[in-house]
Amino acid sequence: MGEFLQTLFVGLRLGSVYALIALGYTMVYGIVRLINFAHGDFIMVGGYTLIFTVPLMTAAGMPAWLAVVIAIAVCALVGVLVELIAYRPVRRKGTNMTALITAVAMSLFLENLAQAIPAIGPNPIIAGQFFASGGFRVAGVTLDYITTYTIVVSAVVMLLLYVFTQKTKMGRAMRCVSEDKSAAILMGISVNKTVLSTFAIGSGLSAIAALMYVAQYPKVYTTMGSLLGLKAFVAAVAGGIGIVPGAMLGGVVIGLVESFTTSYINSSLTDTFVFLILIIVLLIKPAGILGKNVGEKV
Amino acid sequence: MSEELRPILETRGLGISFGGLKAVQDFNLRLYPGELAGLIGPNGAGKTTVFNLLTGVYVPTEGSVMLDGEVLNGKKTHQFVAAGVARTFQNIRLFRQMSVIDNVKAAFAKDIKYRMGAALFRTPAYWRAEAAMEQRALDLLDIFNLKEYAGALASSLPYGQQRKLEIARALATDMKVLLLDEPAAGMNPTETAELVECIGIVRERFGIAILLIEHDMSLVMKLCERITVLDYGQTIAEGGPEEIASNPRVITAYLGESDGEEDASHA
Amino acid sequence: MKKTVKRGYIVNSAVIAAVYALCIVLAATLGREGSFKLILAPSIWQCCYLILLASSLNLVLGFMGQLSLGHCGFMAIGAYTAALISLAFQRAGAYDDKSGPVFLAILFLCIISAGLLAAAFGVLVGIPALRLKGDYLAIITLGFGLIIENVINNLPFAGQNGLAEGSAAASLYATGLGFGSTDRVTYLWAGIGVTIISVALMFMFIRSKYGRAVRAIRDDEIAASASGINTGYYKVLTFAFSAFFAGIAGALYACCNSSLSTASFSFTNGSILNSTFVVVMVVLGGMGSLTGSVVSAVIMFILNYQIANGAWVDALPGFIQGVFTYPMLVYAVVLIVIIMFRPKGIFGTYEFSILKTPGDLVRLFKRQGRGKKSAGKEAAAQ
Repeated sequence: MGEFLQTLFVGLRLGSVYALIALGYTMVYGIVRLINFAHGDFIMVGGYTLIFTVPLMTAAGMPAWLAVVIAIAVCALVGVLVELIAYRPVRRKGTNMTALITAVAMSLFLENLAQAIPAIGPNPIIAGQFFASGGFRVAGVTLDYITTYTIVVSAVVMLLLYVFTQKTKMGRAMRCVSEDKSAAILMGISVNKTVLSTFAIGSGLSAIAALMYVAQYPKVYTTMGSLLGLKAFVAAVAGGIGIVPGAMLGGVVIGLVESFTTSYINSSLTDTFVFLILIIVLLIKPAGILGKNVGEKV
Repeated sequence: MSEELRPILETRGLGISFGGLKAVQDFNLRLYPGELAGLIGPNGAGKTTVFNLLTGVYVPTEGSVMLDGEVLNGKKTHQFVAAGVARTFQNIRLFRQMSVIDNVKAAFAKDIKYRMGAALFRTPAYWRAEAAMEQRALDLLDIFNLKEYAGALASSLPYGQQRKLEIARALATDMKVLLLDEPAAGMNPTETAELVECIGIVRERFGIAILLIEHDMSLVMKLCERITVLDYGQTIAEGGPEEIASNPRVITAYLGESDGEEDASHA
Repeated sequence: MKKTVKRGYIVNSAVIAAVYALCIVLAATLGREGSFKLILAPSIWQCCYLILLASSLNLVLGFMGQLSLGHCGFMAIGAYTAALISLAFQRAGAYDDKSGPVFLAILFLCIISAGLLAAAFGVLVGIPALRLKGDYLAIITLGFGLIIENVINNLPFAGQNGLAEGSAAASLYATGLGFGSTDRVTYLWAGIGVTIISVALMFMFIRSKYGRAVRAIRDDEIAASASGINTGYYKVLTFAFSAFFAGIAGALYACCNSSLSTASFSFTNGSILNSTFVVVMVVLGGMGSLTGSVVSAVIMFILNYQIANGAWVDALPGFIQGVFTYPMLVYAVVLIVIIMFRPKGIFGTYEFSILKTPGDLVRLFKRQGRGKKSAGKEAAAQ
């Protein structure tokens, strides 16, 4: 029972991080129908920003985790730049396929650019502590603070995001554009502005994910985002891409699959199980767990 | 019953609903060999949905489709084609990045019998099949005056020619029934006249049954021997052109309930 | 029409055969010398499997229009299959050293089995392709690549400590494949021959009813099925066919490398060989041009080799040298620039041919001389 609960909490923690990243994928996909492969690398950008700004924060006498504010800003900026420099020109001229290839290229570019920057380099950097260590006991298992913070912060952020998309003007604009772009233009919504804000928010979320992830695994390296991003993307697709609650559900499902595989089957096969789950979900429900099937119009 | 009177394409109580909405219901059609029938109705009446049901794009939720006595329900589109139903599309769907002749050749797929080995090692069987097909494709293009464009990219053809190529491609499948979805949409009067001529040639040469969806009333009245009128997914009238033109329900469906100024479409 | 096509085939095959014969003669005469043996022969082997990898991916990406991001997974299957089969024969005592007709027969058996097993997995990946396309399929193939890597690592007889006792790095040589520098020259004819035949077979595939069906599916899947094409069958077939040659590429990889590790076949890694890089090669050469893939595989290999080893790199400013330390950075930029400014790649859908190309080139230059439309039209004029 103890082990089960422990695994459950680990799964929820992982799942919360995946859900935060998956939200970025889902929001961008919902609005421009593009898998932003570079999104995983925004986590890496966030991770390095934290590494470089945490000492500044502590020097100024502020708590280390406040550095996340700067990380959010940097990630949002990078996201907006990627959209402006690469995606938008390609989307204007090319097909879905060329846009997808550009996204893959952008991901490679960011990873390798980071390596080429002298302050970063190819070797991992060990991060300091963001949160106080320790924890408290619940139902016979120790629940550490980081796990608790991760789950709570993710839940709050997702709730805020949900309210944002449902209640605010910008959120409604986002939903309009993802539903029907031309109708949105006719309604006087600036599509370009909406797409940019989506990129900014999605990328900003990855900075929060970076904080939570690095707090648990204090190592930052240039390719850290690639597998993490992939799994989060799997989460987004499994939940139903383009749907905000789908990303949350998918994230938690993937996190639980991963932690239970690690505890009960074989830790070196977790990726296999994660992708098998994706394949099974897609074969049974091609639009994801919460997705609606929309056939091509003939 | 004599052989000539057996319908080539028949539907019985055909219907489909999308999440509770009945898009088409109780659709009964009998199309006889050599006949040219029309399917008309206001926008959103379910005409294209009927075509999608007749070609296996949608699986009907009720009723059945029969071709030459064979029930085709639940089969895939390519199996409908193999059985003998071919179609064109409302919004032209050509293989845009392929040459005009390859568009036609691609539709021969079910007739080419050579196997993978023959293709990979270029056996005589391959050359024979390809040469025969080349000739058939050129003959087909010739009927539509497209032979001179054989090597051009399909997407480079003018609009009217693309429509004709789509019909040629449908004919290449060696069908018994041809379904034309608004073939004259977006055409100017000259192109429409050419199209009418083409349809005439097709009937003469191939002796097949044609079912036509069309908005251009004058065209339908001129071409079709029998017309079915759909509104809100239901058949509201059936008969010859004169009969349909004077049917009060049809006039209401097209012109609105009380005053004639209302837009013709429900959609 | 038929006659000119046949004549084209004969001329092209004759020229290819002549070039092939020349290569073999050169290898036999120069093969003992240092630079050929140590630099050129390994380079040719590498080009061979890169060519196969790029052109086989082009079948799926360029001709069928489906992005596959796990193509190196098939290559991994091929490489491990070939290595394990040769190892089994070697343990059974079928041959002692890497020579003689028995070894040759086993070598070809390894290559064919590598292709067949990869093709079987191609069918497995093709089945999701029946229901999914575009982005979703890209992710499934990517996941497939990861699963393959993961599973091979966990196979006791193939993984990180498999192939023989001890590390995989040291053991490939013992399997019979993993040629040393002399064997690479000795069996160069086999490597080049397999590559030429494979590319020719792929070419025959796309220039037949199969290729027409596959291109029709790419252009419009609904219209393709409405034209009587069994789209599901052709999709799975193409995936399997493409995987077959990726598997053969894997077997060639196992022949000419000294070690085998799943990391070499990842989605991305620091080296030239990964699923993303293959996409770069296909896009550069032109999605829908097999000859384009062949040319771009060679170009990319040379570029990669020059960036890593070229003497001219030392003459460049320090900043650029720094960038060149991370060649993938260069390729990522190259890929983005191609997609933005020439999304059709170098060749577009044009296929190089000995009889036709000179005439087409003349026409192209004439048109440019008149200052008419851009070079992008040449493919349409073919």
